[in-house]
Amino acid sequence: MTAADVLLLGLGAVAVGSALLVVTTRHIVRAGLYLVVCLGAMAGLYLVLTAELVAWVQVLIYVGAVVVLLLFAVMLTRAPIGASDDLDRPGWPALLVGGGAGLGLAGLLVDAFRWTTVDLPEAGTAERLGTEIFRSWVLPFEVLSVLLLAALVGAIVVSRPDIGQRAGNADIGQRAGNADTAGIGERADR
Amino acid sequence: MRPVIPYVTAALLFGIGVYGVLRRRNAVLLLMSVELMLNAVNLILVTADASVRAALPHTGQVFALFVIVIAAAEVGVGLAIVLQLYRLRATVAVDEVPLERVDA
Repeated sequence: MTAADVLLLGLGAVAVGSALLVVTTRHIVRAGLYLVVCLGAMAGLYLVLTAELVAWVQVLIYVGAVVVLLLFAVMLTRAPIGASDDLDRPGWPALLVGGGAGLGLAGLLVDAFRWTTVDLPEAGTAERLGTEIFRSWVLPFEVLSVLLLAALVGAIVVSRPDIGQRAGNADIGQRAGNADTAGIGERADR
Repeated sequence: MRPVIPYVTAALLFGIGVYGVLRRRNAVLLLMSVELMLNAVNLILVTADASVRAALPHTGQVFALFVIVIAAAEVGVGLAIVLQLYRLRATVAVDEVPLERVDA
């Protein structure tokens, strides 16, 4: 057991533990905060595995942007602060499929790699990764930029009900207004 | 470095993500579980990059970056859909979404 192994074990335990809390906690906001812990531990794992750039991108995009978006969604859907009991479905099929997938894959990988050791490669710095992207993977990179643009436009179109509205369902906006008012009224009652 | 440790971590994270997707009713929590699964795949890619000698160096890390970008796009569109669902139905419970078309 080298220092890297101990770090990998510790960070992996933190990641798995906080991921378990994400899928079992009864507080929606706490689930988002446990997700931050899990993604941070993953960034630490990347650092130990010499993936410097991926670790910092993980911190920037996941912890910085994705979790903030998720917490915004929690707020905008007026999730209750505090424990809520209606978050879960009956869990036996989920436990069976999830546990089967996780433990099955884990067993497969343990059988494939046993207790072998490898030397860590040279660190994946921004310079090396940039060279690799623009030498070998330029086409996927450009396709991804188009995908991001499409996702941006798609998100705007989906979240604006007045775009692409046909005459037949013109009352959807009206109903949306009613739903909003109902939600506010319900909140004031609470 | 023993590659089996991060590999097993990633497998367990993926299983937890599958469990969360099947178990949760709230659409936002569902998206969080999907993020867990995507992260498990990223960890597999990075570990494979560190433990397998490939013809092109750092390919696994490049692919992990690509997956992160796709996950960002996915969560953007997914949250737009969730917010629209909340606006129409005042709920984000996924098992209350009617799958057949409802004419207004």
